[in-house]
Amino acid sequence: MTTMTMAQALNAALRDALREDERVLVFGEDVGPLGGVFRVTDGLTKEFGEDRCFDTPLAEAGIVGLAVGMAMGGFRPAVEMQFDAFAYPAFEQIASHVAKLRNRTRGRLSLPMVIRIPYAGGIGGVEHHCDSSEAYYAHTPGLKVVTPATPDDAYWLLRDAIADPDPVVFMEPKRLYWSKGEITPADRRAGGFGQAVVRRAGRDATLVAYGPSVPVALQAAESAAQDGISLEVVDLRTIVPFDDETVVASVRKTGRCVVVQEAQGFAGVGAEIAARVQERCFHSLAAPVLRVAGFDIPYPPPILEHAHLPDVDRILDTVDRLQFGDEPDLLHLAREVS
Amino acid sequence: MSVRTSRQAVDGLLPSPEPVRFIAEDGTAVPAPAGYPAPADEQLLEAYRRMVLGRRFDRQATALTKQGRLAVYPSSRGQEACQIAGVLALREDDWLFPTYRDCVALVSRGMDPVEVLTLLRGGWHCGYDPAATRVAPQCTPLATQTVHAVGMAEALRRKGEDGVVMAFIGDGGTSEGDFHEALNYAAVLHAPVVFFVQNNKYAISVPLARQTAAPALAYKGIGYGIPSEQVDGNDLVAVLSVLTEAVRRARSGGGPFLVEAHTYRMDAHTNADDATRYRETEEVERWESADPLARLETYLRGRGLLDDEAVAAAHSAAEEYAARLRDEMNADPETDPFELFDHVFAEPTPQLREQRALLAAELTAPED
Repeated sequence: MTTMTMAQALNAALRDALREDERVLVFGEDVGPLGGVFRVTDGLTKEFGEDRCFDTPLAEAGIVGLAVGMAMGGFRPAVEMQFDAFAYPAFEQIASHVAKLRNRTRGRLSLPMVIRIPYAGGIGGVEHHCDSSEAYYAHTPGLKVVTPATPDDAYWLLRDAIADPDPVVFMEPKRLYWSKGEITPADRRAGGFGQAVVRRAGRDATLVAYGPSVPVALQAAESAAQDGISLEVVDLRTIVPFDDETVVASVRKTGRCVVVQEAQGFAGVGAEIAARVQERCFHSLAAPVLRVAGFDIPYPPPILEHAHLPDVDRILDTVDRLQFGDEPDLLHLAREVS
Repeated sequence: MSVRTSRQAVDGLLPSPEPVRFIAEDGTAVPAPAGYPAPADEQLLEAYRRMVLGRRFDRQATALTKQGRLAVYPSSRGQEACQIAGVLALREDDWLFPTYRDCVALVSRGMDPVEVLTLLRGGWHCGYDPAATRVAPQCTPLATQTVHAVGMAEALRRKGEDGVVMAFIGDGGTSEGDFHEALNYAAVLHAPVVFFVQNNKYAISVPLARQTAAPALAYKGIGYGIPSEQVDGNDLVAVLSVLTEAVRRARSGGGPFLVEAHTYRMDAHTNADDATRYRETEEVERWESADPLARLETYLRGRGLLDDEAVAAAHSAAEEYAARLRDEMNADPETDPFELFDHVFAEPTPQLREQRALLAAELTAPED
């Protein structure tokens, strides 16, 4: 087993993919000699040359559009958007072409390409550097949307994404870039792309989380355990395809569910999960499915981001509202009345 | 540090001050422009036959729209010199990235007209095989295809193929950001791509003067370091000569090239548009006298390359083609609602499988 940070794991995944498949290319802004602003592409130009890992002009629609053309021409580009909000100029390319080319051409053309996007906050970034933009992509049919929460998943999901016949938006939680973990050898890897994983088994309620919220949910579960409440934590790993089976099995077992996301809550991924859970687990539920999310505000300035980001307390407060005492959610009702 | 731009480098990128022209509007030859060889006579005759066919196809498609057989049709009548020259300048293994207004170019490339019209018929979004035809799906979001063209050109170059990519775009499309990103990327990558702007003077209703303040759209190349040319877009000989040179240059490692053809959209934007709301009939009539097909015919007759018999043969072939197309389009296309789920991903997700089953239940449910 090798221990590395998530950024190193992503770097290793790109390196191994470049090594094993000459069709794989890495390009984007500052990904060449600099190695990317988060150093995820560190050393790749040196090892594979400027033909395989190269800097592009500073234009995101151009990066993604170029990748579309090169994928049509037989390559497998893995491109980098420097930050979440900097990917927006590429949105038309992503929504109108990346997501649709297979469908438009009745399956005659496919786009095996990966768009890596460092996303979400918690690193003290100034505006336009901390957006949780996953819902835009998850809402677009034809895109697979992946977000790892551990270095192991970062490595393996990125390898899977590059090998996938369909376009993948690969969302990297910035604040987990420096988190450390072990990478499972290939022959001992269990589960994978499209499968959620139970990160911590529990009895009383299920926390469903993904990406940057998974470590927060795990801390909350640890804290709750000290109070005698046993929380199960499910890490989605891929938002699309969505693993109903794992989520549903967990909630049917625990009978209660809180969905945790860092993104603003309205019309977000968490709303979709809450709807799916209540549609499938209604008779197993002892309380309404609740959501923990960021507020419906533009991402705050760094000094105030702590007030916005879902933390352990917000999760535990929400778990408290799961009617364990067979009481209705009075706090919530009181708020509505006032 | 001193910064100095050589005059020579700048001049090498600029288009000719006047559009390149071989044939005057009355069909007589003008003195041959420098640097552009005249295409072979046989190629001009082939171009003539294809223009006759293309115009007949266009008229048939317009008629099919009126009959309800097409959902919409954006005519390219008046732009045949551009449509046919663009295709003739390319080899079969070169790639073309067309827009929705380029059906005539596609059928002129020998593609099945029913497959070409699948998009406008509403049967599917693209009816032909892009890999087999080396023609990208006709693109509706303006200018987005130009960046793909650069990517494909770069892919061909990296694979050691000597193929060239041509991206079609209209005057309105040159205002979109993607066009500028495409020019910049092509120049930086030195990609073998030719950008071909058919300036037909209108973006739906908006005239060119409201689209740009540039002296001509061809001048948009210089800022990116791309050599450019402007050409009389209703002069088949000129468009073919200029595009052939641009393609030759790109194929031999000379990098990207930008060509602007000055032409005119004789019909409305589509059948759903009313052009009388934004342009004068006199203006359209003036352009009738610059008609590219009549001009080429007069020119070829004047040179003794074309006679009544050849003209009649071309028209007769076009009539047969149109009759066949009409018959084929009068049959309802076969559709399968379940195909809606087949091409979203290589393998449908569990959710798509569920939704497919839901649709199946809806379609087999007894009527109330």
